[in-house]
Amino acid sequence: MGNRCAVIGVGQTAYRTKRADVSLAGLVREAALRALEDAGLTFADIDSVVLGKAPDMFEGVATPELYLADALGAAGKPMMRVHTAGSVGGSTALVGTSQVQAGVHERVLVVAFEKQSESNATWALSTHSPFSASLVVGAGGYFAPYIRAYIRQSGAPGNIGMMVAVKDRINALRNPYAHLKIPNIDLAMVEESMMLWDPIRYLETCPSSDGAVAMVLGSERAAAAAAAATGRRPAWVHGAAMRSEPMGMAGRDSVDPRAGRDCAADVYRQAGVTEPRRQFAAAEVYVPFSWYEPMWLENLGFAEKGAGWKLTEAGATAFDGDIPWNPSGGVLSSNPIGASGMIRFAEAAQQVRGQAGEHQVAAAADGSRLALGHAYGGGSQFFAMWAVGANKP
Amino acid sequence: MTTQASSASQTSDERVLHVLEFPGGYTRSTGPVIGRFLTGLRSGRIYGVRTPDGKVLIPPTEYDPVTAAALGAADEDWVEVGPAGTVTSWTWVDEPRGDHPLDRPFAWALIRPDGADTALLHVVDSGSKAAMATGMRVHATWRAERTGSVKDIAAFAPGEGPAEVPVLAGEAELEPVSVVTLPHRLEYRLRGGTVWNHFIDGMAVGQIRGTRCAACGKVYVPPRGACPADGLPATEWVDLPDTGVLTTFAVNNVPAAGAPEVPFISGYVLLDGADIAMLVLVSDVPWQDVRIGMRVRAVWVPEAERTRSVKNLKWFAPSGEPDVPYERFEEYV
Repeated sequence: MGNRCAVIGVGQTAYRTKRADVSLAGLVREAALRALEDAGLTFADIDSVVLGKAPDMFEGVATPELYLADALGAAGKPMMRVHTAGSVGGSTALVGTSQVQAGVHERVLVVAFEKQSESNATWALSTHSPFSASLVVGAGGYFAPYIRAYIRQSGAPGNIGMMVAVKDRINALRNPYAHLKIPNIDLAMVEESMMLWDPIRYLETCPSSDGAVAMVLGSERAAAAAAAATGRRPAWVHGAAMRSEPMGMAGRDSVDPRAGRDCAADVYRQAGVTEPRRQFAAAEVYVPFSWYEPMWLENLGFAEKGAGWKLTEAGATAFDGDIPWNPSGGVLSSNPIGASGMIRFAEAAQQVRGQAGEHQVAAAADGSRLALGHAYGGGSQFFAMWAVGANKP
Repeated sequence: MTTQASSASQTSDERVLHVLEFPGGYTRSTGPVIGRFLTGLRSGRIYGVRTPDGKVLIPPTEYDPVTAAALGAADEDWVEVGPAGTVTSWTWVDEPRGDHPLDRPFAWALIRPDGADTALLHVVDSGSKAAMATGMRVHATWRAERTGSVKDIAAFAPGEGPAEVPVLAGEAELEPVSVVTLPHRLEYRLRGGTVWNHFIDGMAVGQIRGTRCAACGKVYVPPRGACPADGLPATEWVDLPDTGVLTTFAVNNVPAAGAPEVPFISGYVLLDGADIAMLVLVSDVPWQDVRIGMRVRAVWVPEAERTRSVKNLKWFAPSGEPDVPYERFEEYV
């Protein structure tokens, strides 16, 4: 694993349908300044900047790292851009982590963002090359067949997705940054919402959000200094990994991708996790369509194959369950795509730092257990995950 | 099913026009600093922003490129510069293209307006290359109709020029510029390559062609030149039947440009003899009757209407054969 790495500052913007008051630069700046303030630092203290951004067609900015260097105080410093589709926020955090673990930098600012209001993600995701049939189906149309296959394989009852949608939206009511706040959300409301990409209903999908998130990652020395200056404890990275796999591969399991299983196995090996459900106190998992909770419960080893939906049905993943998933409200409640993965990582860190506010899971703050941050993207072919804890690994 | 050797000479190799254009264009929020600059241009005035160390930046940036400090928060940080200035460097364009700002030869130039410490990239309409020189004096010439864009300056012209700017009618009633719309159009002429060309030649005659990996024996359709699993060449051609099994699907109720009327079915069909399912449309069946495991057959456009296009294969429709048990194809979903 190399040198120890810790999250010493976290900053988020509120997630909204449209942030017309700020440019892209203003948006990332807001998150970056909050992360620096949380760490008790300024731009001058940062050694390296890593920027994450989902596909360029989303906002039509091909080289955001050039355009955003001023806003992120990157003059005279190494700066790079990461791009791994929807998982990019997680991958960006991991690139920053590896710079610290390698001993190259002491303090790294990692930032991810999306301003979905400036374009149309469904259009941007449907620009196929002329070498394949063009099906204008967007992300929902792409993932719906795999959800149908999961339901077929697991025999899950049809209401599991709706239960996830209700649970995550109720959690979002506790999160001041969350985009979707539906005070009286219940199963009936989800069930009555329009079927968009059968079997995905409108209220089982993520919103389109504007927003940004940033973290300051630090070495052991930087973490000690930040804790002394701010009184806030760091979140230590216990395990971190990325995996990918080809999208079109004969025998590929699109319902339960091997890259996801391998990525989790690597993180668990590093972190000493053999029983995820018991050893994690909370998990922030990339669930943009409700049914991805039971699917990822299996893929990430929280449940046996075909049994993920049983944990959801039993309430194990609820805020007061034994393994809360997405206490922040998750991607179903806030989805600035390029940022969504890093938000999961940042929320996991806030849980073990005891900084999650109204949506703090009590057991995550006592130091005895870890929190999981997870992101996936593309045709569920890119994965990024980390396990963080209050104690040094 | 028949097989044949790959042969590049059997295929034509036309380039394919591929256009990416977002309808309506991207809407970019300017933020207060860029918005103020663009609002100034609409008034026929060029504003720079002052940095803490006294430099005046044009075009203004939201943050100091040196210290990262936020700029332009106070009115006194804004400085009107120009409209005359000095050319600090330039290049000549002999043959303007269609999307260039002028239809006659012109210079792209870096122009430092009077009162500014940086230069703006713009156009000098000097008439001839001989009239251009680094250090020459130029002034902004304005469009009568201005929208809050850097193109509100039609061009820079040699000499000091008049100080007066034509007034924009009704400008006092306009809101400050906060959003700009940016059309993007990307136009590619792509070459398909040997594998794709042979595939599309098959589509032209209603034949679906795949390739088989020499190492693992998996049959890919649409074909691949190399196996995604082991990276080895997949050069053996396989003519596949146009029948298969629907492994899974979505019922799409979201209307989209280029898609059929809703509800439409997109799904994965595993052709008989293939090892990977193809993403296709399914039609000629009520959506309620579509099911996993359904046997399907391709529906082609009439022979007379076929072109060298994947669109020859319209969609798949039920073949009427009995359903296939899930266990027979579950590893190919």
